[in-house]
Amino acid sequence: MDRNQLQRQVALKRSFLFEQCYLDPQQFVQLEELQDDANPNFVEEIVTLFYKDSARLFQKIEQALYSRPIDFAKLDDYMHQFKGSTSSIGAIKVKNECSQFKEFCLAANADGCVRALERVKQEHQTLRIHLENYFQLRRQAGLVQRV
Amino acid sequence: MESSFSSPRNDTFPAGLRVLVVDDDPTWLKILEKMLKRCSYEVTTCGLARDALHLLRQKKDGYDIVISDVNMPDMDGFRLLEHVGLEMDLPVIMMSVDGETSRVMRGVQHGACDYLLKPIRMKELRNIWQHVFRKKIHEIRDIESHESLEGIQLIRSGSDQYDEGYFLNADDLTSSRKRKDVDNKYDDKDFADFSSTKKARVVWSVDLHQKFVKAVHHIGFDKVGPKKILDLMNVPWLTRENVASHLQKYRLYLSRLQKENELKSSCGGMKHSDYSSKDAQGSFGLQNSISIQQSDVAHGSFKVSGDNLVSQRVGTKSHESDIEGIVSEPVAEPKKGLNGNIPDPQKTRSPQMDFNNSYAETKICLIGNVPDSQKIRTPQVRPSHSIALVESEVNFTEFESAIPTKYSWNEIPLNKAQKPLIQLNSGFNKPPLPGPHSHFQVDRVQSIPSISSRPSTAEEDVTGPAKSKPSYSECINTQGSHVSPSTTDSFPDQIKSCLVNHQVSEAISTSTANMEYQGFNLNCITDLESAQRNLIMGSASPFASLDDGFQICWYQGDCYGMNLGLQNIEFPEYNDPALVSELWPFWVVTGLFFFFFFSFRGCQPAESINLHAYP
Repeated sequence: MDRNQLQRQVALKRSFLFEQCYLDPQQFVQLEELQDDANPNFVEEIVTLFYKDSARLFQKIEQALYSRPIDFAKLDDYMHQFKGSTSSIGAIKVKNECSQFKEFCLAANADGCVRALERVKQEHQTLRIHLENYFQLRRQAGLVQRV
Repeated sequence: MESSFSSPRNDTFPAGLRVLVVDDDPTWLKILEKMLKRCSYEVTTCGLARDALHLLRQKKDGYDIVISDVNMPDMDGFRLLEHVGLEMDLPVIMMSVDGETSRVMRGVQHGACDYLLKPIRMKELRNIWQHVFRKKIHEIRDIESHESLEGIQLIRSGSDQYDEGYFLNADDLTSSRKRKDVDNKYDDKDFADFSSTKKARVVWSVDLHQKFVKAVHHIGFDKVGPKKILDLMNVPWLTRENVASHLQKYRLYLSRLQKENELKSSCGGMKHSDYSSKDAQGSFGLQNSISIQQSDVAHGSFKVSGDNLVSQRVGTKSHESDIEGIVSEPVAEPKKGLNGNIPDPQKTRSPQMDFNNSYAETKICLIGNVPDSQKIRTPQVRPSHSIALVESEVNFTEFESAIPTKYSWNEIPLNKAQKPLIQLNSGFNKPPLPGPHSHFQVDRVQSIPSISSRPSTAEEDVTGPAKSKPSYSECINTQGSHVSPSTTDSFPDQIKSCLVNHQVSEAISTSTANMEYQGFNLNCITDLESAQRNLIMGSASPFASLDDGFQICWYQGDCYGMNLGLQNIEFPEYNDPALVSELWPFWVVTGLFFFFFFSFRGCQPAESINLHAYP
């Protein structure tokens, strides 16, 4: 594949992520616009940071979810934190699942929370694969500057 | 794109704005840092609220604005907001991922100048400098008003005493004595000295402020008083005045927030309910005066407004000291606030300045403002004075001797005093209704039909120790005077009569307002009546009734000051009766009027002398 083709693929992947509502275009574009000489791979840095941090948050959430009795307020707090984090990269689908989880928290529905957390993680993972793929393509297309 | 934002232009204001970002979310922290840098702001990031607070305390003037997330594990963002707003007095922008009204409102209530929703947009951040700028404008305005309007200070301290009066219980009364002692000490110094003492302001360090806030929280906002705070803070060199002024600042700060809340959200009223009703009233008063002041800033007619503000408060003050004097307070002390006025030479217009004595002040302020009110009022001030002590009022006696005619009223049987007044009133086409009352003040009030119900309250009080009596004595107690119960018992008549005076003075001046502001007076009367109702109801709500009364006082002070403040400055110069009548052409000039006027002229020398003494 030549460079142009790769670049076209990158563009396609990007619009796919937007169209499928994986990503909030507005936020994602904003992140892209923040890329400059000082941070040429700013978006990727942010995404990496997000995934690194979400691992920490998931741990906290799970800890709270599997301890008895469940402190739903605390659980909600953690999920709120995670939800805030998802907004940083504009992960719409993950964010929606977070909202679901929070609703179960509010209803003090432990089972619902467990199920919702599974879906959150699923969306989280799906997006991760998509994004990894996207950044991979960018690198291949030479769109990523080596720092 | 890069070039448009990242070239730092430090000479232009928004660039280089020092922003502290606090967010426990590292992703957002990084994004915000980048975004803010793009705006050419100087960014410091912080992942923990505690660290942020530490940073802020360490480098107090190191930041212009704080952006903080609401949800943070180590400290609630709202707590941080509170600390930052009060200790550092910095604008704080809150942010969170959801825009639940309750959450946003909480942020605003805690003093957030803005509330951003994540994802935060570049354009929002680019605009945050406005909060810093707005704050600076406010500060400048505050300073201006502080400096050229010592009167405001007086008002504030007045209202503060007031609040304290409300909130203090009998066991706290000593505090007001101590305060007076301090004030008296100041009085002994010469004015220049005093002014320098006063100018040496306390620097409210972070720690000090923290102590203060802690004390306020400990006491509870609705019960808070400077003395209590002072005790709790336990800082030896700090005076009650320092605390009082800081408390005022704090209250103003809160009320400003409150006002902003009311503007920003329809449910801002909720904040009100957080405070006790007393406090709400107090702060209402404050807001009132401040808003007047601000509008005057806009119009550039500071002085006049300062004047009328002063007179407003002075009115209230004199009530307090009236009562104190009667209740055998040894010295009718000049309040600090008054002295605060004196060293300010630019306030040429304040005849009040010239008198250390608060009675005299009341009078002067009345004389200065509305001559006919003076006539009505002087006798009414006098009786309280005659019951009170005549020490310390050098100026006052001077004043009195200058008005022999008036002074003599004091000694004339009450009926006589009452008579001319009724005539005066008949000059205004008001039917005189002299009733067989024991206090001539009461009669005078009765001669004004609209307030005729008040004397009945007074009467009731004098004749039978009914329900309203305890409320009175309670008033006295909370006023900060030193009435032991036994004193109250032994001089019940004196106290009562003084209180009658005190109320009547309100009533009468209201009626004076009536002569000029018909529509306005209607409100006053309603207020008065409601106040009365409260009084009749007895101890149920004595404070409320008192407060009503004072609000009325303010209103009238307002009226006078605003409309006649300027004339009031000139007044001492007009010794010619013709000129004066030109000044107030609406007066109905009766024979009695001239009688009054004569006495009024008699007082001129005293006033002029005093004016010259403090140019």
